[in-house]
Amino acid sequence: MTNSIPEIEDADCIFIIGSNTSVAHPLIASRVFKAKAKGAKIIVADPRRIQVSSIADINVKQKLGSDVALLNGIMNVIITRGLHDKKFIEDRTEGFEKLQEVLNDYPPEKVTGITGVSVDDIIRIAETFATSEKSTILYAMGITQHSHGVDNVKSLANLAMLTGQIGRPSTGVNPLRGQNNVQGACDMGGLPNVYPAYQAVTDENNKNKFENAWQANLSSKVGYTIMEMMHGLEDGSIKGMVILGENPVGSDPDSRHVKHALQEAEFLAVIDIFLTDTAKLAHVVFPGVSFAEKDGTFTNTERRVMRVRQSVQPVGESRLDWQIICDLSTRFGYPMSYESAEDIFKEIAQVTPSYGGITYERIESEGIAWPCPNNDHPGTPILHTERFTRGRGLFHAIEYRPPEELADDEFPLLLTTGRYFPHYHTGTMTRNSPTLENEMPEGQFEIHPYDAQELGISNFEDCRVVSRRGDVVTKAFVTDTVEPGTIFMSFHFMEANANELTNTALDPICKIPEFKVCAVRVEKLGEEIAKAS
Amino acid sequence: MDLKFVRTTCPYCGCGCELLLETLDDKLVSTMPSKTNGMNQGKLCIKGWNAHEFVQSPKRLTKPMVRKDGELVETTWDEALDFAAKRLREIKDTHGGDSLAFLTSAKCTNEDNYVFQKFCRVGFNTNNIDHCARL
Repeated sequence: MTNSIPEIEDADCIFIIGSNTSVAHPLIASRVFKAKAKGAKIIVADPRRIQVSSIADINVKQKLGSDVALLNGIMNVIITRGLHDKKFIEDRTEGFEKLQEVLNDYPPEKVTGITGVSVDDIIRIAETFATSEKSTILYAMGITQHSHGVDNVKSLANLAMLTGQIGRPSTGVNPLRGQNNVQGACDMGGLPNVYPAYQAVTDENNKNKFENAWQANLSSKVGYTIMEMMHGLEDGSIKGMVILGENPVGSDPDSRHVKHALQEAEFLAVIDIFLTDTAKLAHVVFPGVSFAEKDGTFTNTERRVMRVRQSVQPVGESRLDWQIICDLSTRFGYPMSYESAEDIFKEIAQVTPSYGGITYERIESEGIAWPCPNNDHPGTPILHTERFTRGRGLFHAIEYRPPEELADDEFPLLLTTGRYFPHYHTGTMTRNSPTLENEMPEGQFEIHPYDAQELGISNFEDCRVVSRRGDVVTKAFVTDTVEPGTIFMSFHFMEANANELTNTALDPICKIPEFKVCAVRVEKLGEEIAKAS
Repeated sequence: MDLKFVRTTCPYCGCGCELLLETLDDKLVSTMPSKTNGMNQGKLCIKGWNAHEFVQSPKRLTKPMVRKDGELVETTWDEALDFAAKRLREIKDTHGGDSLAFLTSAKCTNEDNYVFQKFCRVGFNTNNIDHCARL
């Protein structure tokens, strides 16, 4: 996030797009509700009717994957009506002319045709967002999990810069991170192209710096992304894998393919707290510990580095994750040892400039948002107040591209995916929590009453959902939260996982898979039985 | 009776709510929201309120396991670590460090992630490391 969470409640306009905020980030949603009570205008753009839609001043349901067109349409109106922030554009940005050129092709009438959002609503969103004093954008995986996810994010950055809604309190472009420490895993260099603090592995200076710090020879070749690793297992370029606390069989698109790829591994080691579907395929499984049994830090979605403190002893013979890694590394022939989590953090602060001024002592009572380069620095809750990371903010002129897989005669419906309130990700934690499991013990697919009637499906009827990649049997939930032509499923339930169906089409730049749109059909089980007999 | 509260951070979404884990005689019994934390201000969602439950699940792994005759069976730490280290060494020596890939975790701590990527980059001279940020 460019801004901090508490600032949300003082915004004058909140634009929520591709985020089921009250389900996936409930305590951020509570800030949205507070802002609403203080008079903020709430705009919700989501293909489904979600809980925050009910408090929206403007609520639109764009067609799946049409976000770039919608945002270009909004920006077209802003420029046509002269509502853009000319001073901000002049002082802080570049590339405006190119953006304007592309936006000329997105008049609201044309955008209505692509997105299904009315001309009136496009104009109202443009006026409300641009003319409010403090407008903030909240988005999540509904924006990023597309074959044009990077385009979607850049379009949101365009909108914020065009209206000068960034670099001030209660404004900004705010991705809501889905996992407790996805920010930290990125910050720590858990990515194939960068060392800790996003220092490119291809830069000779960075390589030298880490070779000195770690007393080692390092590679300057960018590594494989997760999907490339899976392909690598199949084509033989990857022979072995070590997986720490992840369940790609459940969380990656096209589960059957992932499972097949992992079975190809000559060697697979998994460190986890449960025997997940991924761990079941391993040659060695090491029992790690949960958050309650370890010391350390998590970095939340607003970049705040916060303490994790041990409350109980590890269960059974399970061991601290970093200790397992050190033990394995030492036996492998590269000795690593640390006294404690704090000992590791001290090394992190030495090689990670944005964490340079953070110590356990400083975050004892409250976390600090990075960048925090030295011990006197208070941290940075708001980014880009005076300049952007690269200097001037660059507008990207972006054309709309449709999703990779569209509905056709064989697969006439579109599937989109997401979460339910009591569950989380592949369910390894929540489905092993009796209270949460009791709230929702089985999966379902949401289908509009019109489609249900066409197919002769009644509420709670077991059906088969089929895509080009796989099929699952799960219960129909007939509801108008989804539009006709669209169905919705979660990936919490391994016995009927949406990711058996999802598409592996990738964004060409960041390689995120297109979880949010794929073509499916729904079959009645009765017909199948009748056919068989 | 020894009642203790430990302040920590929620393991679910990216909000970063502060929790108080309550232990009674060293057994985890409940989760409470921190009232003094600016983020969650005494509130939690349903997942946060129940964050202690999965920690004590009977399905938790308690011993290392290795595959023998096609089945995963429990074993000692020494055997599991030696076996894994030997296989990683064999693959690296035969096919090179780029033939190995590492998935780190958005659920683990910064410290775990840092040590893991260092193990990958130094131990195997490869940048084949990623995690579910894309997922």
